[in-house]
Amino acid sequence: MKKSSQSSRFSLFAIVGFLSVLGLGQSIHRHVAYDIPWIPGTEKSIWSIEAHIQFSGRGQPASVNLRRPSDQAGFAVLDESGASPGYGLSFVDHIGLPTAQWSIREATGQQTLYYRAEVLQRDTDEVDEEPPPRLQSRSWEEPYATAVKAVLDQAFSLSSDPFSLTRQLIKQFRTGNRAQNEQLLIDEVGEDNLTNLLADMLQSRNIPATTVYGLLLEDGRRRQRLKPLLRVWSDGDSEIFKLALSPEETRLPLLIWQPTRGYVLDVTGGTGSDLTFSMLRSEFTSYGEVASALGEGDDFLGFSIHTLPIEEQAMFKTILLIPIGALVVCLLRILVGLSTSGTFMPVLIALAFIETSLLTGLVGFLLIVSVGLMIRSYMSHLNLLLVARISAVIITVITIIALFSVFSYRIGLTEGLKITFFPMIILSWTVERMSILWEEEGWREVAIQGGGSLLTAVLAYLAMTNPWVRHLSFNFIGLQFVALALIMLLGSYTGYRLLELRRFRPIVDPVK
Amino acid sequence: MSMFASPRRLREMGVVGMNQRNNTIIGPLNPRSLYPLVDNKLKTKLLATEKGIPTPALLGALKTQHDLKGLADVLAPHDGFAVKPAKGSGGKGILVIASQRNGMFIKANGQELRVDDIRRHITNILSGLFSLGGAPDVAIIEELVRPDPMYENLSVEGVPDIRIIVYRGFPIMAMMRLSTRASDGKANLHQGAVGVGLTISTGIAVNAVQFNHTVREHPDSGADLMSIKIPGWADLLELGARSADATGLGYLGTDIVIDRDRGPLLLELNARPGLAIQIANGVGLAFRIREVDEIRPRYFRESPHERIHRAMTMFN
Repeated sequence: MKKSSQSSRFSLFAIVGFLSVLGLGQSIHRHVAYDIPWIPGTEKSIWSIEAHIQFSGRGQPASVNLRRPSDQAGFAVLDESGASPGYGLSFVDHIGLPTAQWSIREATGQQTLYYRAEVLQRDTDEVDEEPPPRLQSRSWEEPYATAVKAVLDQAFSLSSDPFSLTRQLIKQFRTGNRAQNEQLLIDEVGEDNLTNLLADMLQSRNIPATTVYGLLLEDGRRRQRLKPLLRVWSDGDSEIFKLALSPEETRLPLLIWQPTRGYVLDVTGGTGSDLTFSMLRSEFTSYGEVASALGEGDDFLGFSIHTLPIEEQAMFKTILLIPIGALVVCLLRILVGLSTSGTFMPVLIALAFIETSLLTGLVGFLLIVSVGLMIRSYMSHLNLLLVARISAVIITVITIIALFSVFSYRIGLTEGLKITFFPMIILSWTVERMSILWEEEGWREVAIQGGGSLLTAVLAYLAMTNPWVRHLSFNFIGLQFVALALIMLLGSYTGYRLLELRRFRPIVDPVK
Repeated sequence: MSMFASPRRLREMGVVGMNQRNNTIIGPLNPRSLYPLVDNKLKTKLLATEKGIPTPALLGALKTQHDLKGLADVLAPHDGFAVKPAKGSGGKGILVIASQRNGMFIKANGQELRVDDIRRHITNILSGLFSLGGAPDVAIIEELVRPDPMYENLSVEGVPDIRIIVYRGFPIMAMMRLSTRASDGKANLHQGAVGVGLTISTGIAVNAVQFNHTVREHPDSGADLMSIKIPGWADLLELGARSADATGLGYLGTDIVIDRDRGPLLLELNARPGLAIQIANGVGLAFRIREVDEIRPRYFRESPHERIHRAMTMFN
């Protein structure tokens, strides 16, 4: 028996050694051959942006026009390409704006087109000097004309120049309970057209203004849409007003996709068109590297998920972090001895925290679980069968999430909407498990396990959001093998857990 | 004084930790395929009966909702009984009826139940309410164990049980678990039950703990714990050793109760017995495990009777 355990130990170490050599070897190769830095660069990021167009063809000729971004302060477009089976594609300037034009003789059924741009982000405080648009005055019918005048007069009296006037207008429109005139105008044009309305109002006072469409760049995001923003000119200066953005969103880099008002996507010969964006950031330290990465070879040692479409790459950016979370769980359970409710539940919670930000996530988690526990404790009087009870808890959790979203949106906390990122089924099981634990072992055990889970989730979150960890895990696939080797090594650890040193203390010195 | 013991001191005392137990003891000694024998109380009971190991008598096993129709007839002839989920763990879902009066069933704490209440409890068991992961389960009805009057002052609302750890067929450590008011009648040490370490050689108390603190008297009744001596100790050890042989598990926790009429009965088996027994005994398991590992190979083939006497002289 001893012998076999020794040989199994030997083969374990052999596998661990092999995995470490393989993983480190691949990583070092990537570092040397492709010049990918070990430390995330801060200066040059290249954004791969993919526009995903969908529409249904009607069995007749179709043509699609999509505006393309152009070079601007802060961004340089390095490379553009399109993927579109069967379509003719050309990049043209259409009414003075860069456009991608697709056309086909016959489009039938669901059509999917891709436009992809590699955009270099530069660190600069410069702002583009865009000439102001021609003034066009728009007339309103009654009673809107009076409302426009009243709103403008009020804002005008509280401001000193075009920029402060704009700010005052935005304030009047974006307050929680609008005054009657503002509400009347919004009802007429629709909430989505607020920027257009504001531009028109400013133009009517001879202030050049227009709606521009921008894309917020956040690493690994998918299914994003363009945001309408308001650009206002004054004496040759211009300013972009990011209304309808949360404070966090305003800190993100903003790529102006289309600098004027008008359509971004125009489809003729099709219906139900939709446009979404995926994006991904890569870090580089030299321009030579940028060039080589754009035409990166795909031999085995250079194996990299950079060869996948961006939408899938963005997904992998998260997936590749899960092993890090698993490693944290292993460390805390095997070396520390923390007990959690559900072994890998904390990793899922940590993934949710990545989407929601830590504080919102913690508040949301505690809220859902505590309200869920209260309702679940009432349900235990009803003597329901297990499957029905868990299903009831799932519905309860969803209701809590819905109520919380609506409530927080009402009081102006858009942060609260992110609560929907929580894995609802997992949370329901957590509520169920904790409720049983409460009945059988008492609240102390619930506090211990709940606290342990939360602590694990927070530590996993901190590890998974660390920029260095993110950079390494995404750019060096080989390190996944190293993580695997570490986890296997932990799995064979037979020493004491940290908390056992306290648990077994009475054996070495008894407490009277 | 530090809250933590140094790992070196613990190693010197031979304390076995969770990782060591899982990796070097349970892993190699307890094949996964044998777990169902101990995780399912009905299988354990049938196995024990087959091997001639005494257990509380099986009054009935209810497998489907349909079986519940005859429940009243099954229960009628028995004054006291216990209803248990076959796959329950940690005492979950156990309903103890102490006596019957005028068609009502009276629990140990005096609460009265109707036959419908018992039927609902069994429905919950069948639907998997108390089994791991909610898997469908079987309800077993067992004859009630009547403790010897000498244990009356030792345990509140519950029969004291004796846990014996059997390593490769040799009993290596034992403790008695006494429920208290703090533990709410449950026998788990972390919930406040008292653990009394017993010597393997004689079955006499060596140490007692509650909530990790040394105690000498039962916290509720004040009974002297240090005077505990289990009568017929060798019989209990033999019961443990025979259970290990019957299951084939190399590391086994056997839970035994002493019935005033029938003597020691096997209550349940555990393939992953906890480590609190070390605290109750004030000594680690590692040295005893090593002593067993180092005896002559032919001793392992001896009868349970011979093995337990060897163990009684080894762990003196």
